[in-house]
This record gives sequence, C-alpha cells and structure tokens, in this order.
Amino acid sequence: MKEITYCYDGSFDGFLCCIFESYVRKEIPTAIFCDGDPFPALFPSCFIETNAHHARRVFCKVKYLSPYAGNILQRAFLTCMPEKEIFLYRLVERLLREGPSFLRRQTDNTLYPLLTAIRHLQNEAHLLKGFLRFSDLNGVLGSEIQPKNQVLPLLQGHFCARYHQERFFIYDRTHHQALFHVPGKSVLQPLSFFEMAPPDSQEAHYRLLWKRFFDTVAIRERENPVCQRTHLPKRYRGTMTEFQEATEFKSPGSPAAVPAPGVPGGISAPERLLGSEPSVPGSSP
Amino acid sequence: MDVLEKLTILTDAAKYDAACTSSGASRPAKAGYVGNTTSTVSGCCHSFSADGRCISLLKVLMTNFCVYDCKYCVNRRSNDTRRTMFTPRELSELTLQFYRRNYIEGLFLSSGVLRSPDYTMEQMIKTLRLLREEYRFNGYIHAKAIPGSSPELIEQLGLLADRLSVNIELPSEAGLRSLAPDKTKGAILAPMRQITQRNLQAREELMKYRHAPRFAPAGQSTQLIVGATADSDLHILRLTQGLYDRYRLKRVFYSAYVPVVEHALLPARDVKPPLLREHRLYQADWLLRFYGFRAEELFGPQQENFDLRLDPKCGWAITHPEFFPVEVNTADYEMLLRVPGIGVTSARRILRARRSGALRMEELKKLGVVMKRAQYFLTASGRMTQGLRFSRESLLSGLIAAENASLPQAEGVQLSLF
Ligand code: SF4
Repeated sequence: MKEITYCYDGSFDGFLCCIFESYVRKEIPTAIFCDGDPFPALFPSCFIETNAHHARRVFCKVKYLSPYAGNILQRAFLTCMPEKEIFLYRLVERLLREGPSFLRRQTDNTLYPLLTAIRHLQNEAHLLKGFLRFSDLNGVLGSEIQPKNQVLPLLQGHFCARYHQERFFIYDRTHHQALFHVPGKSVLQPLSFFEMAPPDSQEAHYRLLWKRFFDTVAIRERENPVCQRTHLPKRYRGTMTEFQEATEFKSPGSPAAVPAPGVPGGISAPERLLGSEPSVPGSSP
Repeated sequence: MDVLEKLTILTDAAKYDAACTSSGASRPAKAGYVGNTTSTVSGCCHSFSADGRCISLLKVLMTNFCVYDCKYCVNRRSNDTRRTMFTPRELSELTLQFYRRNYIEGLFLSSGVLRSPDYTMEQMIKTLRLLREEYRFNGYIHAKAIPGSSPELIEQLGLLADRLSVNIELPSEAGLRSLAPDKTKGAILAPMRQITQRNLQAREELMKYRHAPRFAPAGQSTQLIVGATADSDLHILRLTQGLYDRYRLKRVFYSAYVPVVEHALLPARDVKPPLLREHRLYQADWLLRFYGFRAEELFGPQQENFDLRLDPKCGWAITHPEFFPVEVNTADYEMLLRVPGIGVTSARRILRARRSGALRMEELKKLGVVMKRAQYFLTASGRMTQGLRFSRESLLSGLIAAENASLPQAEGVQLSLF
C-alpha cells in the first residue's frame, strides 16, 4: 500500500467515501482534508468524489459490525476535533480488521480521543439548551449561536419539542447553518450570512425586563466572578441577551428604554432599591 | 407602578431562596400547550448570575407585603421597604414571554403573607390557574406553600405546580421561637406532611388510572438557613436526613446567612456569610443522597462540625484508614463510591471498563477519576501509584491542596460565630 492524502467535500457522505476509496485503491491515507481547508501539499493529494451509494455501503457495514461504532462516527463527525477524519478512519480501519471488541474499553487509545471530543460536543449542546436566546421578530422567534461544535443536529429535537407551536429559526454563525421550524416540520440548511434585525419596542421591553431580573437576582455579598465564569464561560456570552450592550435594549423607533433611577443606559439594576435596606436572607415563608 | 419596577422589587425580595432547579419532572409537549419540562439530573441552567448561582426559573414573590415579622427576613413587617404586588395577569404574561425567549425553564413563585396565609395562597393559585389554563403553560412551576394555609388550598396548589416547597429556614425549634415568633414547627411540618402523602397517593393512582391527576410530580424541597443560629453541622445534617427518610424530600437547600439587620439574637453585621460552610453542607448532602452515607458517619465521636479545610468525603476517608486501600479491579460499586476522587459516573465507568480486562492506574484518569485525591486510597492489581509516599500529615496537606482554588473564599471568620 502506498501513502497519500485525501481531500473531500466536507460532508459526512464524502468522508465515508474516503474510507470506501481507500479500500478500493488499497492505500492508507495519512491525512484527510476537507475541501477549502488550507493544507500543506507535502503528499500527493487526491480529491474523492462523493457517492451516496458508496457512502451507504460503508456506513451499513460499520453499523452491522457495531451499532455503537456507527453512532460514534455520526457524532464525532459533528465535533470540532482537529483531524477528526483521520481518527475516525483509524477507528473504522481497526473495526474492520479486528472486530468490535476493542470498543468496550473506554480507555483504548483509538477510542478515547473520540469519546472526549464527543463529550465536549454533548456538553456544549447541553449548555446551549439553556444559554440560547430567542428574540421575537414579528411573531417569528430568531436566535443566533456561535458554538465550537456543530450542535444544531443535537439541539433540533429539544427545541422543536419545546417550541412545537412556534415558528422559529436558530442560526449557527460558526458553521453557517440554520435550523428552521414551523409547526410540524423542521429542516437544517446551510445559510452563509444572517444578521438579526434590531428589536421592536415590545421585544426591547422584554429584553430589558430580563436584564433587570438577571442583575437583581444576584446577591452582592456573594459575588463570585470566577464561579460565574466556570459555569458560564465568556465565549457563550456574545449571543446572550443579558450580556449585551445598552443599544440592544432599545428599539430604534421608540424612545430609550425606561432608565432605572440614576443608571445611564437604563439597563442595569440599581445598586440598591431606593428606600430599601440591603436585604437579608430568608425568603418568604 | 410599572412591571419593570415591580419585577425589580419582587426579585430583590426573593433572591435569597436557594432553590432554583427545574429537575425531576418530565412532561412531554402537548398539542395546544406551550412548552414542556425535560428531566436531567442537573436540571437546565439558563444563566449564571454574578454570584455564580444557576438561574433556571423566574424566581419572584407574588408580593413582598407581609404580616409576619421574622427577624432575619427583608420582608418582615417592621422593615421599612417599598412594597408591591404582581397581578396574576402581569406575572403570567411575564413568565410566558420569558419562557418563549428561552430565558427560563419556568416560574418559581413564593410570597410574603398578605392579609392571611389563605388569602395569599388564593392569589398564588389564581396566578397559576391563569398561567396553566388560559395561557396553557406547560413548563415548570415551583410554588411555595404558605405555612398556616388550609389543606384545601395546598391541594389546589399541588395540582397546578410541579414542585412544592415549605421552607423550614431555622434548623431548630428554639431558633424558630426566637427569630420567627409567628411561625411554629407544627405550622411548617403540617403542609410538608400533607404534600408527602398526597404526592405518594397521586403516584399510586397514576399507576392504576392513566389519567389520574398529578400532584406536585417533582416532589417537594425545603431550605435551611446556615449560620443565623448556633445549630451544628451534625444537627443540620441529621435534620436533613430525617427529611429525606421520613418526608421523602427531593432536595434540601442551604442558604448561608447574610447578616444585615442589627439584632441581639443574630450574628453581627460585619460577619461574612459562611459560604465555605454552606459548600461543605452541600457536599455532605450529596453524600447522603447518592453515596450511601449516613449523617452520623461523617463526624468523629466528639465532633459536631466539619473540618472546613476538607471536603466531608476526604474527612471521612482519613479517619477510616481500615477501609483503604480499595482495589479498583475487585471493589464493588458501594466501596468505589467511598473513595475520594471517585464519583457516581466514574465508579460506573470503572465497573464497565474492567469487564474487558484489569485496569491499570494510568487508565483511571481517562475514566474521570480525580487522581490527585484518589491516588492515596487506591490500588490497581495490588499496586499503588508508583513513587507515591505519604504520611498522615502529608496526606492531609495533599488533600487540601488537591481541592482547587474555586472554593468560596476561605474565611476563618465564621468559626468565631460559635
Ligand atoms: S413570613 Fe416569610 S416573607 Fe414574611 S417575614 Fe417571615 S420569612 Fe419573611
């Protein structure tokens, strides 16, 4: 067998075809690149055409040998793991050579890096179920996220169930992809560019209410930015309503949002409520 | 007063309640209704406030008017503060609009006592009914039952909410008598008992009839204030244990007392809230719920309070050398759980992984074991970690160092409380 680098179109099927071709041509790729990736052409590179039929054959074979491996393949492909293709290639290659028993051991050197990447993906998706924010744009709910991994396929089920009666979309800025939903139907589609319209007065009002709630619910005596950052890393905050600039809380057509006494911009909570003394714990009954 | 102002006042008055999880209820989406509840162990956090606490629910009071005068509470009758009240419609609208924007999992509704416990409960019920029936809200609702209200009202509340809670607040009767003179132990425990029984009954009925109404399906919880009274950790944990055993509570929350009022019976105003102590109690609570520990085991013969330098599990481990080392390749699940640095997830992973051959020490980290702690207590095929030497003292300092710097600021002050 001779060594070579593969290049494919970036789709899951395209990647499966790389595996297919390597067996047909009896060669082991040393790297598998996605079309458009900058890569050093140290080795002869070969572009692999995507063929749905070939892809299906590879995937069926993998699933037949181990449904678990099929699952790993699908999920790990959504991760942002560098060179995930070659890691997955080696997993499949080993599966075909020695059967599925090595998959039982989580600490296995072929398997472990993939499992770690998948855990990262799932964790990010889990966080975004909470951190994602919608804006009401004339009755349609719109959202933007900027995840490291391709989380939309993992979020689809959750948001389509929860907001089943709404029309909504979620735009993934990193992967230029969007999830669209109307009652009873949803699709994932590439979308190269999107910019959110400024809020109307009602939307601005609810953003402001939320921001106020967020600021007020924190207990000043317990302030702990380190703990806050551990649970809510800074990279998520760019698309979260409560961390936006003052302009996001005003609708262009309406007068500025109601300012809190003495607070410029009108978005942060007053240091303390007028007339109330700093509070004590112990809630209502 | 506009809604923004009301929200500010009624959030500020509610923020000391620690309970803010949406866990324990799983209800699928229904045609014609808004939303669902999903069940994961940790619940779903929608944000984290500046104090690092999870925000999952819109946590507000119905009103901060109160006829009672609990000494430690900002809403007490004698406190000069601005008072207001949500109308049921304002609050329903707010909840629904926040929910649609994915700000929250649902509503956490509590209240000061306006006129009487029954009158207050009626207002809360009106709100929840509006939200559930007219707005068709199918998300999570946690409601506080007001001590002293009639059983019929608690019944109605339980049919509308996912979780109910009654806060005990003060861990002893003596504390209650001096600091919350209007409340009695009986008035707190009666609704708790009722909720427990109704919840069980509803579960049984649900097994027989598919459409039997659900009563607080996510169970009930309570909160204890830590550091307002002289109650020891042992006392608090025994109480907690009793609540889990006898009342089948889902959670007990702890809230470090933030002293602000000057009162002879309360800690002075310059005493910092005992955050580290609160943290240790949460860790111990976890050990009771998931690790098979009993409260008494966590303390030595003469001991009533935790050594704050150590997490309770490490504290238990260093006083029980006879139990260690534990052999990863043969120990059962319960034994593995007692090892510091091994959690519920990593213990399960160990059981699974070792089926395909003996585990080596180097592999444990990949299974999620925190080796900085676990190394002192484990062998793999009879061997300890290579090159590890330690005495009782270096073990102690090693364990203290292993706990990361993310602990609430170490404060020695609180110890002087007692
Ligand atoms: S009854 Fe509740 S709200 Fe009223 S003073 Fe006591 S703890 Fe505060």
